[in-house]
Amino acid sequence: MLTLLCPCCGAHAAEIDLAPGGEAHLKRVGPGSDDADFEGYLFMRDNPRGVVLERWRHAYGCGKWFLAARDSVTMQVYGTYSARTTEPPQHIRDAIAARRA
Amino acid sequence: MSARLTTGGRFTDRSKQLGFSFNGKRLTGYAGDTLASALLANDQILVGRSYKFHRPRGIVASGAEEPNALMHLGSGNRFEPDQRATTTELFDGLVSESQNHWPSLETDVGAINARLARFLPAGFYYKTFLWPRGLWKHLYEPVIRQAAGLGRAPDAESRDADRYEHFHVHVDLLVIGGGVAGLMAAKTAAEAGAQVLLVEQTAHWGGRAPVDGGIIDSMDPDAWVAQTVAALEAMPNVRMRLRLMGAAVQDHGHVLGYERVSDHAPGSAGPRHRLWRIRARQVIAATGAIERPLSFAGNDVPGVMLAAAMRDYVVNFGVIPGRRTVVVTNNDDGYRTAICLVRAGLEVPAILDARPYGGGKIADEARALGIRIEPGRAVSKVLGTRRVTGVASCLQIGEGSSLEDIPCDAVAMSGGWSPVVHLWSHTGGKLMWDEAGAFFRPDPERAPTGADGLPFVLACGAANGALALPETLRCAAQTGVDAARRLGIKAADAAAPPAQTTDESSLMPVWIMPAKARADLRMKAFLDYQNDVKVSDVQLAAREGYESVEHTKRYTTLGMASDQGKLSNINGLGILSDALGKPIPQVGTTTFRPPYTPISFGVIAGEARGEMFQPLRRTPMQDWHAAHGAAWEIVGQWRRPYCYPQTGESKRDAVNREINAARGSLGVLDASTLGKILVKGPDAGKFLDMMYTNMMSTLPVGKCRYGLMCNENGFLMDDGVVVRLTGDSWLCHTTSGGADHVHAHMENWLQCEWWDWKVYTVNLTEQYAQIAVVGPNARKLLEKLGGMDVSKDALPFLQWADGRLADTPVRVYRISFSGELCYEIAIPANRGRAFWDKLIQAGAEWNITPYGTEALHVMRAEKGFIMIGDESDGTVIPQDLGLGWAISKKKTDYLGKRAQERPDMVRGNRWQLVGLETPDGSVLPDGAYAVAAGKNANGQRNVQGRVTSTYYSPTLTRGIAMGLVENGPGRMGETIWFTAEEQEHTTRKLSLVEAKIVSPVFFDPKGEKQDV
Amino acid sequence: MSDPSDVMAPMQGARSEGVVTVEALPAQGQITLRCDLSDDFRWKLGETLGFAVPEPLGATSDGDRALLWMSPDELLLLCPYDAVPTLMAQLGQVFDGWFIAIADVSDARAQFRITGGHLRDVLAKLTPVDMAPQAFVPGMVRRSRLAQVAAGYWMRDADTMQIFVFRSVAEYAFGVLTLAAGAGGEVGFHVR
Repeated sequence: MLTLLCPCCGAHAAEIDLAPGGEAHLKRVGPGSDDADFEGYLFMRDNPRGVVLERWRHAYGCGKWFLAARDSVTMQVYGTYSARTTEPPQHIRDAIAARRA
Repeated sequence: MSARLTTGGRFTDRSKQLGFSFNGKRLTGYAGDTLASALLANDQILVGRSYKFHRPRGIVASGAEEPNALMHLGSGNRFEPDQRATTTELFDGLVSESQNHWPSLETDVGAINARLARFLPAGFYYKTFLWPRGLWKHLYEPVIRQAAGLGRAPDAESRDADRYEHFHVHVDLLVIGGGVAGLMAAKTAAEAGAQVLLVEQTAHWGGRAPVDGGIIDSMDPDAWVAQTVAALEAMPNVRMRLRLMGAAVQDHGHVLGYERVSDHAPGSAGPRHRLWRIRARQVIAATGAIERPLSFAGNDVPGVMLAAAMRDYVVNFGVIPGRRTVVVTNNDDGYRTAICLVRAGLEVPAILDARPYGGGKIADEARALGIRIEPGRAVSKVLGTRRVTGVASCLQIGEGSSLEDIPCDAVAMSGGWSPVVHLWSHTGGKLMWDEAGAFFRPDPERAPTGADGLPFVLACGAANGALALPETLRCAAQTGVDAARRLGIKAADAAAPPAQTTDESSLMPVWIMPAKARADLRMKAFLDYQNDVKVSDVQLAAREGYESVEHTKRYTTLGMASDQGKLSNINGLGILSDALGKPIPQVGTTTFRPPYTPISFGVIAGEARGEMFQPLRRTPMQDWHAAHGAAWEIVGQWRRPYCYPQTGESKRDAVNREINAARGSLGVLDASTLGKILVKGPDAGKFLDMMYTNMMSTLPVGKCRYGLMCNENGFLMDDGVVVRLTGDSWLCHTTSGGADHVHAHMENWLQCEWWDWKVYTVNLTEQYAQIAVVGPNARKLLEKLGGMDVSKDALPFLQWADGRLADTPVRVYRISFSGELCYEIAIPANRGRAFWDKLIQAGAEWNITPYGTEALHVMRAEKGFIMIGDESDGTVIPQDLGLGWAISKKKTDYLGKRAQERPDMVRGNRWQLVGLETPDGSVLPDGAYAVAAGKNANGQRNVQGRVTSTYYSPTLTRGIAMGLVENGPGRMGETIWFTAEEQEHTTRKLSLVEAKIVSPVFFDPKGEKQDV
Repeated sequence: MSDPSDVMAPMQGARSEGVVTVEALPAQGQITLRCDLSDDFRWKLGETLGFAVPEPLGATSDGDRALLWMSPDELLLLCPYDAVPTLMAQLGQVFDGWFIAIADVSDARAQFRITGGHLRDVLAKLTPVDMAPQAFVPGMVRRSRLAQVAAGYWMRDADTMQIFVFRSVAEYAFGVLTLAAGAGGEVGFHVR
């Protein structure tokens, strides 16, 4: 039962208030792309043991999507951040690096 | 015969006698008794039969670890199996029964298994019932099921009479365990300023210390406990709960607590159990330790009990567990029991101390009381079957040759203590082996970590391996301070009160008694009482190559019973380690899984049962439907009228009547459940062009357009009518079950992909009641209500208008899912019921007929309209359904477009939508497959299509169906065969039904009726 | 005007007395405002309504009108039911040309009032939100679960919580609240 800080409304959300949305930072590939690229976008997921960047929606709360950096083994949360990014911001990358060092 | 001491009993109130029953016998006990202490007080030593061998079993323990005394409790709607007598507080009128025997506890047929024990070794079931396979289903499984299981399942028709609930709390510090360690830790943490919740699973504070003795702060432990409890109760930052067990420690400090609110007072107002969902920043596990049995032959004979449990029964309940008790031990703690028994006036003929060096100071104390002490001695075997009659003693170092038979009626055994590390381990805390104590204890360097990556569980007291009283208190006091510091409080060191207890000499690990026990003795030395796992079984598993402790556990079922190996795990590990010749830490432990002890199903469900099992969504007209006899269909969480059968009318007749009325004159449908999502903003058109396969940006204001929504996989996800409200706003209708999903889907893309697009969505599903007025007389009805022009010129097909009808603000859409002249009317939901009533009243002259979802389905099928979930199943693309006309060719992109270009989507032989007609007009079976020539790689018959919708059409007076057929639209007029399953008595046979491929539009193919 | 007796709020008139009192409120005017909650917008809306726009997780009110913060780009304006058309028109004018969605949702939600000293303990049975007095203070708004449905919680004062849910689940919400407040339902945690 995770608790994640919703960066959109500032509430600490219990897992039962959240809906998971899978891997973050997927780059959409549309018409005109080749089959391999499209397959990668649609089906291929890393699912690593360790640091994961993932999408969550504060479904029962403010309704907003956000992203979380979490360790899939220890459940440590390195931080949550806006869904309106294409890569984790510096403070998240720092938190991950600090932990792994 | 009463087995109650003349005085004593810390917990019992002898002025309050309680009546209860056991196997129909009427017995009495006292307030404060547990069922176990009351049974013992009534000299009821035999309390159940074991699982596999049906051996007679007695009470072994005094708490949560009890493996044997499992009872049926209560009756009727309060019947429960497998309840531990040791944790059941006695109340007046308690009804209990022993389990797992037939015909009676005393005479049990299944006990024959015990005679066959040598033929039922570990893995017996795996080895024996493997072949022949055919016998498994009809012979082995039923027989094993009959013989297996402990308690009886509650009657299928009974309903739990009690109330249950959840309770969410957030605390800084949760202290689990209300013994002296928990009290001490809670006190130092609270004094430092932490917010503390202290919970204890039993009905009493203080744990073992008041029974075990010693001195704390110049007081006896009882007095210190009372003083400390009073001090904690007076602190505003402390909450304390009894009868609340820490059941599970989960990720991010989420702890499940199981509060037995009124088990001890059944029928009182309020819930029976409460599941605490505690979010704790720090957790202290002060969960104590559990005494281990010793593995000697006959250690399961009723009357053999854990030594400390015996003290509990004497001190806490004033009960005589045995009048003449042999104590067998490998440590000093066992002597406490001998001393306690003798001081209570009971006989202890001998202490058999397996250690050649014997006991420490406490042995002198025992000797001073005149107790005979035999160092280096062991129990060879227990004499007696249904009750202890004596022990044969032998040398611990030998094979078990009897030196002396000692007559007795009870045996107290102490094999040392194992810290209760469950809660530490649930979420990843690691253990270390303590050589001196021969137990696993929490490794502070490898604690469970929380969301911040830092440790959030601390163990203290006996749970941390600090067994001696002074050490327990020192450890606890410091742990309370440590927890406060972890919470960011600048806490000063806190000293534990001075405490004294007798110094102990060291324990000697004893995994088998005697050390070289003969095979016949090892086969009677039980490790796991509940699952009847013996020393010989674990040794056999090791010989057969089971090296992993996890495999051995499953092979032998050691520790897999409802007590989860609380008594057996370490002893079993000791045996396995010996057999494998590997040290215990290398063999490792099995996984500790929550809950600590079983919790009720009721408490897991909480409020979600009966009427509150799940939310039932209701439209504003729900009460009307119910009052008019609606038969219901479940649609997501909605319950929609399926049809409205009149008195004496079958559902099928009702559906036909409703369809005929709608097609012939006037029908009315509650369509409020349809999703309605407002999409607004400068980029709303562009956004909807991505959401739908159609072009929505070009839809003129005032018009409606049917739209298809696909997911990024290309598959059809939802459909509905999209309405252009203004230049920058659209209203998207969704399916009834799809509103929330579609809204979330839109927000997903807006928030996560196109966050720079200027679009807002608002889910307006519940703002409006929506009513479809259907049939040739629909317009006449609306004109009668009056208020707006609903003529064909003013409001043509596929347009909408705002206005008033019957003095009510409405929005009217000319859309039709039935093929008839139809107005869908949206009304503010608070006025929905009144407007519905007005329609019904005004429509009487045209025999207005409310119709349900089945009539809706039949009418749409007559028209060849698809239904999401019938024609689509998550693998169907719109192109499969002949909906190419609704897919924009001009758009460069929409969700699903790229996927629809994948090779599998454009191959020529996809299953595609067609109509199906039987030659005799019969109705095709739903879901039937169309057979094709040949077989597939698995030897199954090839198929070439299936039925997706099939109904009797009262309009056409014959069966109609739609289906997906391989390359179907190219095969018009062809006949194919569908499988039909016929049930004749007990045999099923497959027959084939013929159908012709036709157009899916069966009725009014030109669509003239709706556009009038 | 249309006939006011035609208006029937969900669970209208429902009331239960347990360890707290649960009442369904009469029809309540409710307007959703979705907009970038910029300083410009806040100033303009505050000027129009005559009271301030709330901070995140907060609410502001003036007489029979209130503004509840719902999400970073959404407010809920409460007002008398009959005042909605006028207010909608006024807001439409004020924010003409803005990127904004203004929607009447008066009929979409049911509103309940929960009163009594055991309020926090009763609600803690149904929602994971921290109901501790120092965590959930009067004037605060939280959206979370009410058992199995989504709900909004607006704490009016120490003994009063206003709860709103979608209208279709009003009966369920009333049912679980009543059950949680049933006889013997005191927990004695937040209130001793």
